[in-house]
Amino acid sequence: MSIMTTHENSPATKFFARVAAVEEFAYRSRHNSLDMGEEQGQGYVGQALGAADIFATVYADRLRFRPSEPDWKERDRFLLSTGHYAIGLYAALGEAGIVDRAELATYGSDDSRLPMSGMASYTPGMEISGGSLGHGLTVAVGIALGLRHQKSASKVINFLSDGELDEGSTWEAAMGAHHHRLGNLTAVVDINALQADGATSTILSTEPVHEKWAACGWYVERIDGNDVAALLAAFDRAADLSGDRPSVILCDTKVGKGVPLLENREKAHFMRIEEHEWQICRDQLTAGHTSKDL
Amino acid sequence: MTTTTAPKLKTSAMIASFVDPGQKTATAPFGHALVEAAAQNDKIVGLSADLAKYTDMHIFAAAFPDRFFQMGMAEQLLFGAAAGMAETGLIPFASTYSVFAARRAYDFLCLDIAEPELNVNIVGGLPGLTTGYGPSHQATEDIAIFRGMPNLTIVDPCDSVDISQAVPQLAASEGPTYLRVLRGKVATVLDEYDYTFELGKAKILHGGADVLFISSGLMTMRALQAAERLAADNIDVAVLHSPTIKPFDSQTVLAEMNTDRLVVTLENHTVIGGLFESVAAAATRVGLGKRVVPIGLPDQFLDAGALPTLHERYGLSTDRICATVRAELG
Repeated sequence: MSIMTTHENSPATKFFARVAAVEEFAYRSRHNSLDMGEEQGQGYVGQALGAADIFATVYADRLRFRPSEPDWKERDRFLLSTGHYAIGLYAALGEAGIVDRAELATYGSDDSRLPMSGMASYTPGMEISGGSLGHGLTVAVGIALGLRHQKSASKVINFLSDGELDEGSTWEAAMGAHHHRLGNLTAVVDINALQADGATSTILSTEPVHEKWAACGWYVERIDGNDVAALLAAFDRAADLSGDRPSVILCDTKVGKGVPLLENREKAHFMRIEEHEWQICRDQLTAGHTSKDL
Repeated sequence: MTTTTAPKLKTSAMIASFVDPGQKTATAPFGHALVEAAAQNDKIVGLSADLAKYTDMHIFAAAFPDRFFQMGMAEQLLFGAAAGMAETGLIPFASTYSVFAARRAYDFLCLDIAEPELNVNIVGGLPGLTTGYGPSHQATEDIAIFRGMPNLTIVDPCDSVDISQAVPQLAASEGPTYLRVLRGKVATVLDEYDYTFELGKAKILHGGADVLFISSGLMTMRALQAAERLAADNIDVAVLHSPTIKPFDSQTVLAEMNTDRLVVTLENHTVIGGLFESVAAAATRVGLGKRVVPIGLPDQFLDAGALPTLHERYGLSTDRICATVRAELG
């Protein structure tokens, strides 16, 4: 069987089309994040850029939702456990049509529906309030249990960060999800190897991450979280192979991904970006995207 | 042997009884009330953190095994998951000991349940001084901790009547609630009075011209006993029962306070941040300059031991209440 085929409806062609759609979504989301960051002059832009491919995969490919009806009962749930990544999620919600793109310009302003940390009561499409870490997976377990109890086919995806693996509640939830056989729950861990005080390896070592989740009984994939094809394939395999086990996709990502100026910045957790640098960032992002097309 | 000695009082493991010998009781009123409410409403589910048997949740688990969810000894998961289940439209009752709910899982109650105003009903066993096991299990400051949490309703029931009537009202109320549950053989006291539990309301159980007792929780039972004994000394004591600590029924309480009677608060909780301070704050807010005598637990970690010993030691016994009132009246 040939791996490559040019047939219009071949699985490979369909897969490449999915990859292209997600990459385009991620590219536009990154632009949105830079624009929002410029409004405030600072923020968790590095995380937004690093996780953009994950958000894009979820919103452009995996999630069932109705843009004009964020509380649609049959929707799949996406929980942002890391409230400080909100800028990245808003960027994706703008592309997904859940938040008006024009509204993104209000990010972080007084009376905006887009506060700097994700709050459920403020933003359409934001399922939970973040800010305090280690909450998302516990709530995700409850939503997954509740949906299954009510015979709903909706799925739950919980996005968390490697820093959240420090929190004991994450592991309470990991054990609970396996105990209750929550096959309708997927966790996505953004492993950018960086925390507030420095490199994760110097704060509280979380490795070996794969083995920890596997030991908790989860179906585990570890991939390059900035490789859209790998992301799509991992989600596909998890859906096919996890059965009644919860699944986790461990995504190694690069803070500032897509903007070399920010990828190499030393103080990367909470980034300060000078006024004149925002346009440089946008230009680098566009240049990188265009060169990939060629 | 010809001499007899009094039986040695023991800590009686974790769950000791504070009910007097001969007192009428009901078994597991919370569990049975939850089963009854759940029979009427299929959205009600139960969760526990490895303490179903010790919070009377096991009655519900046996009646509705498909609607009971064991979360293990993991209180953060317990309350996070309860929030998630409420997000899907269910009405969770989540039980553990009060100490673990208040001290261990506060952030989860606050951010996941109270902030989004979900209908999650937190059920805390061993409130105040209801175990002689020691400070690890004595929730002497749970109300103080929870009173500062916006949106949370706090209920401190007296007996099986209060609990049975409160459970359906807690399920029906939209926001989050905290029930200081009394478990096992629970006193039945309030059936002797013209009383029904009404969420958010304080009620006069007993009129009296000389003294006003304002009480909550099991201390209402003691207040009623003390009132009866003091009547023998011609001291006429009124008893105002305020099972809902938050929102506090200031209107009823202030109306009763605005007389020349000696006002005494009685609570199974530290005198800091509970009923006494709720009463004092309500009075101060409207400029009612009135002395209030607090009967409650001292601001300290308490001893381990037998409950009757400890209630006597810390001033919660009927004898000690009567002595406090007599001393105040001179």
